[in-house]
Amino acid sequence: MADHAGVADDEVDLSRRKFLTRATIATGAVGAAFAAVPFIESWSPSERARAQGVPTELDLSKVDEGQMTTVVWRRSPIYVVHRSADMVKRVAGHNDQLKDPDSRSSDQPDYCKNPLRSRTPEFMVMIGTCTHLGCLPKQRFAEGELYPNWPGGFFCPCHGSRFDLAGRVFDGSPASVNLRIPPYSYPKPTSLIIGVDEKGSA
Amino acid sequence: MAVKTASGEPALPPGRAPVMARFWGWINKRLPAQEFIDTQLTGYYAPKNFNIWYFFGSLAGVVLVLQLVTGIFLTMFYKVGEATSFDSVEYIMREVDYGWLIRYLHSTGASAFFVVVYLHMFRAFLYGSYKKPRELLWLFGMAVYLALMAEAFMGYVLPWGNMSFWGAQVIVNLFGTIPGIGPGLVEWIRGDYGIADATLSRFFALHVAAIPLALLLLVALHLVALRQTGSNNPDGIEIKDKLGADGRPLDGIPFHPYYTVKDVVGIGLFLVVLALIVFFVPTLGGLFLESPNFEPANPLSTPEHIAPVWYFTPYYAILRAVPDQRMGALLMLLAVAAFLFVPWLDRSPVRSMRYKGWMSRVALALFAFSFVALGYLGLQPAEGLYVLLARIFAVIYFAFFVLMPVYTSLERTRPVPARVTYHAH
Repeated sequence: MADHAGVADDEVDLSRRKFLTRATIATGAVGAAFAAVPFIESWSPSERARAQGVPTELDLSKVDEGQMTTVVWRRSPIYVVHRSADMVKRVAGHNDQLKDPDSRSSDQPDYCKNPLRSRTPEFMVMIGTCTHLGCLPKQRFAEGELYPNWPGGFFCPCHGSRFDLAGRVFDGSPASVNLRIPPYSYPKPTSLIIGVDEKGSA
Repeated sequence: MAVKTASGEPALPPGRAPVMARFWGWINKRLPAQEFIDTQLTGYYAPKNFNIWYFFGSLAGVVLVLQLVTGIFLTMFYKVGEATSFDSVEYIMREVDYGWLIRYLHSTGASAFFVVVYLHMFRAFLYGSYKKPRELLWLFGMAVYLALMAEAFMGYVLPWGNMSFWGAQVIVNLFGTIPGIGPGLVEWIRGDYGIADATLSRFFALHVAAIPLALLLLVALHLVALRQTGSNNPDGIEIKDKLGADGRPLDGIPFHPYYTVKDVVGIGLFLVVLALIVFFVPTLGGLFLESPNFEPANPLSTPEHIAPVWYFTPYYAILRAVPDQRMGALLMLLAVAAFLFVPWLDRSPVRSMRYKGWMSRVALALFAFSFVALGYLGLQPAEGLYVLLARIFAVIYFAFFVLMPVYTSLERTRPVPARVTYHAH
């Protein structure tokens, strides 16, 4: 056999061996990375979980003015508040006490990036899990219910986060951003569908 | 009666060893059993000045076995699933013969594990057991502690009580604070849009198979690393530096029988305390098992007050002390991770608190007090004075680690003796 790069037949070509060892390890590592994909992917929501995450409909005529109802969408409680004219008024006037009054760093569809954080003034739709660590804020709608100049809103019993009637978080709360708003739309004036908007089904 | 020889040994037919000895010989040709005993037990020399703080390593091993045995039996009756988990735990408690005992041993064992491990870690701080050359030993121990935290958290979710559910909700949401990948990561961990059957089932698989296997491996590595360096001792000096004529450490005694016998006493005392809790106060007033967990998980009803089990509350108090969720989660993570750096933060020329200066002693006392105080505050509602106190103690907690290189190199240490301090009884 001819010698390789000046190495005699009975000698070990170390540089060749080193290269082959490294190439084998590299190929094996790539293979292992690909083999890990199915296991990692198996943890994603299954077809069944995704199928159960379909949009939720609500008949709005059942929610009286000044009241709130909770529907479940994708295992999250969705708060639907029917704000009275007085409640709409009480959303304004305390921007200086809020962490994110203009919802700049909060999570909501573009059509809810407005002062009332809703598509129509009357109905406030939001995900009812605290943006701090996921507890359910409780309704404290009455003026002055928590303290004298309380404008009405929500109070989280776990760690004391406070939100106004548009789900905006007050200073001094452990939560940093406003309550999240899911994609939603009104197929008919009296009916609300959560999980569907002009962009399609979420 | 057997015929005895002059030396007292039983007489044997010529050329034949006793049956047991021959059996032992047969084994040892095939497995280094005698060699293991000679090098690791009777021939392993441990410092002779161990005190009460040295009980907790072997006790951690005992609790590990307790948890494995009770856990295996619980698996025989527990049915994982959103619809079945809670009921199957009640079935174990009410209808399986002695099921209540096995379950309470397991739930009390979880808390006992942390009691023992925290005392074991305090011992390391007291006598500088993490210092060179025992850095890896310390890191393996910390890995055991981290695995134990994951194991305990997932185990607490399995009964699917309301605190199981909301505890899982709060902890899994912590991953959501990671910038960018957070929300996707949370969905991946849960396997659904909320804490659901998928989450419960994967936590079960991790709790009964994956993490216990990892724990056993890490404990094995911890012990192998211990055998490589040998145990530290309350004086923090190397017994290997002073060898006798036989090459054995002058201040060492064989692990077996001396320390096996000593450890058995510790185990006896430990089991008495364990039994008292299991039989008389299994929930320990809500500290070991919280009352909201005796009602089924309800995704639409948050318990009035969410607190984790006591062994996580120091970190939970730090999380809540910060008014920003991302910073809070980060500080909580750092509070745990800080332990990993201790071998390199401690610049003292001596190991043991016996010979360190007053600054190290005060620092450790303040740290230990802060840890306990944070543990208490983590159980209280996050309001008013509690939050203020949690902030103060969190600052002390981190100051202990951050300032360690400063005070351990500034202070004047005492002279270290050549031989261990030991008074024969």
